[in-house]
Amino acid sequence: MPRTEIRWHGRGGQGAVTAAIIVAQAAIFEGKYAQAYPEFGAERRGAPVCAYSRVSDEPIYTRAPITKPDVVVVLDPTLSKDIYMKGLKSGGLLLINTKKSVDEVKKMVGRDDIKVATVDATSIALQTLGAPIVNTAMVGALVKVLPIVKLESVEKAISENFSGRIAEANIQAVRKAYESVVW
Amino acid sequence: MTEVKWKRLPLNSNYAVAYAVKDCDVDVVAAYPITPQTTVVEKISEFIANGELDAEMIHVESEHSALSAVVGAAAVGARVFTATASQGLELMHEILHIASGLRLPVVMTIAARALSAPISIWCDYGDVMNTRDTSWITLIASSAQEVYDTVIQAFKIAEDPRVLLPVMVAYDGYLMSHTYEPVYVAEDPTPIREFVPKNPKSRIVLDPEKPVTMGPIARPEWYYEIKYQQVEAMKRAYDVVKEVDAEFGKRFGRSYGVIETYKLEDADVAVLTYGGIFGTLREAIDAMRSSGLKVGGIRLRLFRPFPYREIVDAVKHLKLLIVADRAISYGARIAGPVAMEIMSVLYRESEKPEVMSVAVGIGQRTVTEQDFVELVKLGLKFLEEKRVPNETIYWGVRGVTYG
Repeated sequence: MPRTEIRWHGRGGQGAVTAAIIVAQAAIFEGKYAQAYPEFGAERRGAPVCAYSRVSDEPIYTRAPITKPDVVVVLDPTLSKDIYMKGLKSGGLLLINTKKSVDEVKKMVGRDDIKVATVDATSIALQTLGAPIVNTAMVGALVKVLPIVKLESVEKAISENFSGRIAEANIQAVRKAYESVVW
Repeated sequence: MTEVKWKRLPLNSNYAVAYAVKDCDVDVVAAYPITPQTTVVEKISEFIANGELDAEMIHVESEHSALSAVVGAAAVGARVFTATASQGLELMHEILHIASGLRLPVVMTIAARALSAPISIWCDYGDVMNTRDTSWITLIASSAQEVYDTVIQAFKIAEDPRVLLPVMVAYDGYLMSHTYEPVYVAEDPTPIREFVPKNPKSRIVLDPEKPVTMGPIARPEWYYEIKYQQVEAMKRAYDVVKEVDAEFGKRFGRSYGVIETYKLEDADVAVLTYGGIFGTLREAIDAMRSSGLKVGGIRLRLFRPFPYREIVDAVKHLKLLIVADRAISYGARIAGPVAMEIMSVLYRESEKPEVMSVAVGIGQRTVTEQDFVELVKLGLKFLEEKRVPNETIYWGVRGVTYG
């Protein structure tokens, strides 16, 4: 597998940083190379947050931020598309938390050279967690569209980050999003 | 010797530190939280709470007290650890000299962070470079794996009877402290503990049975000789650092040297830097090599004692050496702390490259592969026009252009 670079966009409190880490953890559990780190600074609830994951079969050395992502994951559809669309590669993937259809999103972002996937992660999170913390649902949706890591590795990573009922609820969110993402 | 079994975990460099501290069976930890170091101590607290590490955790009211507490514990023979960054390291500054002057094998990690004012929680090496003359052995790591391995090595270096000096292990704040990556840690700490056996009897400690005084006044008749012993200890440390790293490599299969080189043998130009951005440099070198440029890289892993023999050897065939420093010595013409060192060791050499000093990543101003490509391009232009600047280039700063 060539190196896949993923950029996560959300708002403080939605768990974008944790999502980036879960994907890297899952990849490392599978023996792959991976890296995850937040774009630090605005760690305030509600402020735009950005995080990065890199996954590869080869060692990763760079520590530069991801400016030309293969994948952009948007946890919050109210973010400006100018922020999250920046640098997304032609042929890349945009995965967005929205009730809108794939065609509506394609029209909104004005790009026909990318793949768009949508999932209603907010409803899934409210249903499973009782709070609009959409990060784990977005991870579930991502690994369905782009199987860079296995679902069970994601679930293992979630069990490392959360315990008991919260882990269970997040695993539910992952599975529901995995099943309901469309592209 | 117990056979070592590794487990591969996703860890950031802060957690890698905590695992190494646990595996070295540290007795006393005292620390005060500061971004981006905090999770080092949180993780150690977890290990103590769940019984994986039997250590005393002293909660203190400042970094000055944190280092003072571990100095006291080291004086009675305990294996000690603390961690800090930025202003915390500045607040410790007075005690840095006490730890080294008392010849106490304290180990400390630094998640390197820019200094105030203005406040920056982000990475540069202004804090680490300010400790240059404190007589601490200073190692700088570039991956979470190396952080884990180097902290283990640090205890062995510090406690070596030929050395008995404190050791600082630094790594990039945020860019490493908060970046998850794969790290092999020992499944069972026994082999690590065999590698760094505790031997408090190998040094003089405070003991009511054999009373000694530590840190009394030294009049002009003796102060100088005592400080000269530190000079000698640092010279011996140069060899001990290499010896411990080689022994670690033999035992555990990973070693790093005092400098690391990348594609340097046939290079005409090389970039030297330290810490995590060496990884970014490596990828930039691969890109430049594929377009035909003979570029190499050097990473400084040991800052004190300064590895002058390896540096002189590594650079003598080069036409140009670009030293990318991550700190500024204000008012110096060559303001990169490492560039200064390199120019001073090269001064008496007959075979040496032109040296270009550059400041990069100040306050975590982004450094990408493209920055290194552009820097090399600029350096080669200066070299060709025979006008490599005699002062530091402040790369990427707004309002100044070079060329």
